[in-house]
Amino acid sequence: MKKTLKLSKTSKGNFATYGMVILAYAILQFLGSNAVREGGLLSPTLRGQLVPICAYVVMALSLNLTVGILGELSLGHAGFMSVGAFSGTIAAIALQNTIPAGGPRLLIAMVIGAAFATVAGILIGIPVLRLNGDYLAIVTLAFGEIIKSLITNLYVGKDANGLHFSFITNNMRLGEGGQMLLNGPMGINGINKISTFTAGFVLILIALFVIFNLVNSRSGRAIMALRDNRIAAESVGIPVTKYKMMAFVTSAALAGSAGALFALGQNSLISTKFDFNTSILVLVFVVLGGLGRMWGSIIAAAALTILPEALRQFSDYRMLVYAIVLILVMLATNNPTLKGFFAKLFRKPEEVETGKGGEGK
Amino acid sequence: MKNRTLALLLTGAMLAGALAGCGGGAAESKAPAESQAPAESAAPAESSAPAATGSVFKLGGTGPLTGGAAIYGNAAKAGAEIAVEEINAMGGDIQFELKYEDDTHDAEKAVNAYNTLKGWGMQIFLGSVTSTPCVATSQEANADKTFLLTPSASSTDVLGGVANPLTGTVDVPRKDTAFQMCFMDPNQGSASAQYIFDQKLGTKVGVIYKNDDVYSTGIYNSFAAKAEELGLEVVSTTTFTEDTQTDFSVQISDAKDNGADLLFLPMYYQPASLILSQCKSAGYAPKFFGVDGMDGILTLDGFDVTLAEGVMLLTPFNSDATDDATKSFVEKYKAKMGEVPNQFAADNYDCVYAIYNALKAAGATADMSNEELCNALIGQFTTMTFDGLTGEGMTWTADGAVSKSPKGMVIENGAYVGMD
Amino acid sequence: MSFLNHLINGMGLGSVYAIIALGYTMVYGIAKMLNFAHGDIIMVGAYVCFFATSTYGLPPLVGVLLAMLVCTVLGVVIERLAYKPLRQAPSLAVLITAIGMSYFLQNAAQLLWTPNPKIFPQFFATTNPDGTQQTAIPLFDGALNLKYTTIVNVAACVIIMLALTWFTGKTKMGKAMRACSENKAAAQLMGIDVNATISLTFAIGSALAAIAGVLYLSSYQTLVPTTGSMPGIKAFTAAVFGGIGSIPGAFLGGILLGVIEILAGAYISTQLANAIVFAVLIVTLLVRPAGLLGKPVAEKV
Repeated sequence: MKKTLKLSKTSKGNFATYGMVILAYAILQFLGSNAVREGGLLSPTLRGQLVPICAYVVMALSLNLTVGILGELSLGHAGFMSVGAFSGTIAAIALQNTIPAGGPRLLIAMVIGAAFATVAGILIGIPVLRLNGDYLAIVTLAFGEIIKSLITNLYVGKDANGLHFSFITNNMRLGEGGQMLLNGPMGINGINKISTFTAGFVLILIALFVIFNLVNSRSGRAIMALRDNRIAAESVGIPVTKYKMMAFVTSAALAGSAGALFALGQNSLISTKFDFNTSILVLVFVVLGGLGRMWGSIIAAAALTILPEALRQFSDYRMLVYAIVLILVMLATNNPTLKGFFAKLFRKPEEVETGKGGEGK
Repeated sequence: MKNRTLALLLTGAMLAGALAGCGGGAAESKAPAESQAPAESAAPAESSAPAATGSVFKLGGTGPLTGGAAIYGNAAKAGAEIAVEEINAMGGDIQFELKYEDDTHDAEKAVNAYNTLKGWGMQIFLGSVTSTPCVATSQEANADKTFLLTPSASSTDVLGGVANPLTGTVDVPRKDTAFQMCFMDPNQGSASAQYIFDQKLGTKVGVIYKNDDVYSTGIYNSFAAKAEELGLEVVSTTTFTEDTQTDFSVQISDAKDNGADLLFLPMYYQPASLILSQCKSAGYAPKFFGVDGMDGILTLDGFDVTLAEGVMLLTPFNSDATDDATKSFVEKYKAKMGEVPNQFAADNYDCVYAIYNALKAAGATADMSNEELCNALIGQFTTMTFDGLTGEGMTWTADGAVSKSPKGMVIENGAYVGMD
Repeated sequence: MSFLNHLINGMGLGSVYAIIALGYTMVYGIAKMLNFAHGDIIMVGAYVCFFATSTYGLPPLVGVLLAMLVCTVLGVVIERLAYKPLRQAPSLAVLITAIGMSYFLQNAAQLLWTPNPKIFPQFFATTNPDGTQQTAIPLFDGALNLKYTTIVNVAACVIIMLALTWFTGKTKMGKAMRACSENKAAAQLMGIDVNATISLTFAIGSALAAIAGVLYLSSYQTLVPTTGSMPGIKAFTAAVFGGIGSIPGAFLGGILLGVIEILAGAYISTQLANAIVFAVLIVTLLVRPAGLLGKPVAEKV
């Protein structure tokens, strides 16, 4: 009976999120432009971080779909990012001569990254989604580690005859003018950066669009019903596997395109970059921003990506301070007294939550 | 469960703080006090030579100062600091202000660190200490036309323009502004194979290398290529990764079962120390041959040096050397860090002095742009000869690689002894 | 013969994972949280023992006891400061706090003890007549090598496992723990002090971490501030493999994980050893979704 109220509220919230992203983009573009000052007002560090921030924001949004909306803990999300990053970058380098323009090539790379990550998502989703809770979490961790190992041992080369692959030992014999694209543990080096802040911004909008549309559709409601009470949802005829797969694979695809965006904004890439710690980092964004709350993920991802850089003045104590900030923020956001105080301060009648605790009982 | 507002406020506050911290030039100029420590100690020198206005060069570098690789970053940083303190204390026209930023051995963070240094106004770059980050930062520095001399990032991709030993292809174009103080990985790998072959140290060779590490794999690849060319018999090749670098029983028994009489260990001393002790437990005693990353094994806190008895390694630096320069450096390093310096510290000490000599010879002044400095330094580096702690008569070619002869050392009674 | 050798080595590695997994599973079983800082408590314990024995020259046993004491205090303090305020919060919030705590311990250790590796002393060695140290028993003329550490680790595992099983099954406090694990609210109503019970769990888990740290470092001597993170993940994997919350499961999971890792490296590929371990884990969980010895949870409608 509160449904109509909830819907209108959610769509208001969604528009606010779009608005926030567009505003942030506009402000950053303005600050970075020569209109304010020669070279803009942004420090070189922040300027260099704009693309990674966009990539991490999309990663956080996509993981929030799995953790917040679907309610399953994933500890291997960096694996999808890795698949997208490597497939997208290889595609971008391989097409360098065919399509010299950066923009379209980036678009193709992101699509290819998303496509490969989708395949990985389907392959992984089939076994993973049969499990529950922490067992599911450990299997996603396991897949993340397996992807890392496989890419570490993968060699890709290119010559006039097309692409060549070898595994574990590099026994390729490339023809005249050949080039190694992916060199096993050495990764991909000398990437031409073609990712731009604008492309990242567009990708964030696309991710938001996809997620909001999914969440507010019939499928989305089915997914959230699964999260809140799987048995009840099943009993009213919701096909569990289908909807779980839908959320999981969408999340993987978005992570893949984020990976391509990230990789093409870096000038070198190695497989060990996308390890367990990166998965955890993205999970921290999601939990800190709030489960199921997309704008929260955006802010948390941006803030926590900038934070370690902003803490450089603490020099040796930098990461220590980072850890303390992380713990304090978690404690503060979950402190009942503080919560009560702020709830009174910003009292909203009948706050209806889109996101709820991760564990569906 | 639901105070979103609070979360918003907190994250918002963090973001605001973060943005303020990154807020460009104005904030940077009254920057961190700690980073200026070396400059502070040089204050009297500076004030005594005010005539040499604008002679303070801003020298920057990145390295892993926290995390698993922090030993290398902190050692290199301390080495550079000692050199800078010495130079500043001498007075003279050329003074340095040194700043090190943490890159946690990660390429993405290294680029951030590089950009931070750029915002600080860095003029000459000491590169990154480890290979993976330096591959990224060298590309940035090259694009910015900033001169870079890395102490210890030995991968070919740091310099670019070097043929891949396995496929013969040049995968990364030459980065003109990048130079190395250390041996390049392939040179070490092929020099090791040549040395083992020439000295007939072993007939059947086993190799254990770290398969997810740029340094280790780089040396292994060229070692394998050279061994094949020479006809050196490699009977066992096994690997490990960051996640499996505790138990080496499989690798050791593979080498043992295949009758390897010499074990080549292209890796850093940390895993090497474990391999040595586990070989002993397994009752396997081949000859061991290491690379420059093995240096430091003797000074590991609590290490049983008898395990390293007879280990051979190619290293540019010997902390037991009796020449005055090494003795003075080791003494200062011990006073500063409370331990014996390794090659990372010595390499970076040499880097600062090489840059110092080159700047002096070129008559450079600190008001020159990065590009002008870079051109002047490249001109000097490709023509000068440099004597340092890690080698005498070092020269560089335009491809950025250093030419110095590795010293073959063997460990006897817990100390290095020259092999020849 | 070489297979037997690999098997023994695998058990040596596995026993280390098992010891860590026992502490992990203990805390998980009661507090229902993945304590990602567990691996770092191991590291702290190892450092304490290292300084006690190497720097201050205390006997190994005193070193171990001191490490247990420090870790117990540390574990309880961490629980009080960082986890207790989140008792009512979603489980993921606690997970993130635990990760923050793990970062904190690693970085604090680096500042306190420098990142330079320390080589842990060989506690389990005999001295030969010629003065050299012997760390393994050669069997069949050296064709097989049984390391002392392997024997000690497996024995320690079995003892700890039996002790924990007895403790949780027979003692009053152990029963209180199980009650808290089943239903905190009901346990409270039965007069059990839930907070004290959880603190006790952390105290025991952390003391076990100290023992695990000493045994781990006795086997693989390099001690650095990040020493705990990799075995922490492996032990978590082992605990899930065996059925998380199950004490014998942690032991079995740990041993099997070590054996699989070594055999995969020996017979398939050292490059892919880690990937194979995780592949076996996935297959196992598909066949037995609650781990090897885990109890399938009845679904409540």
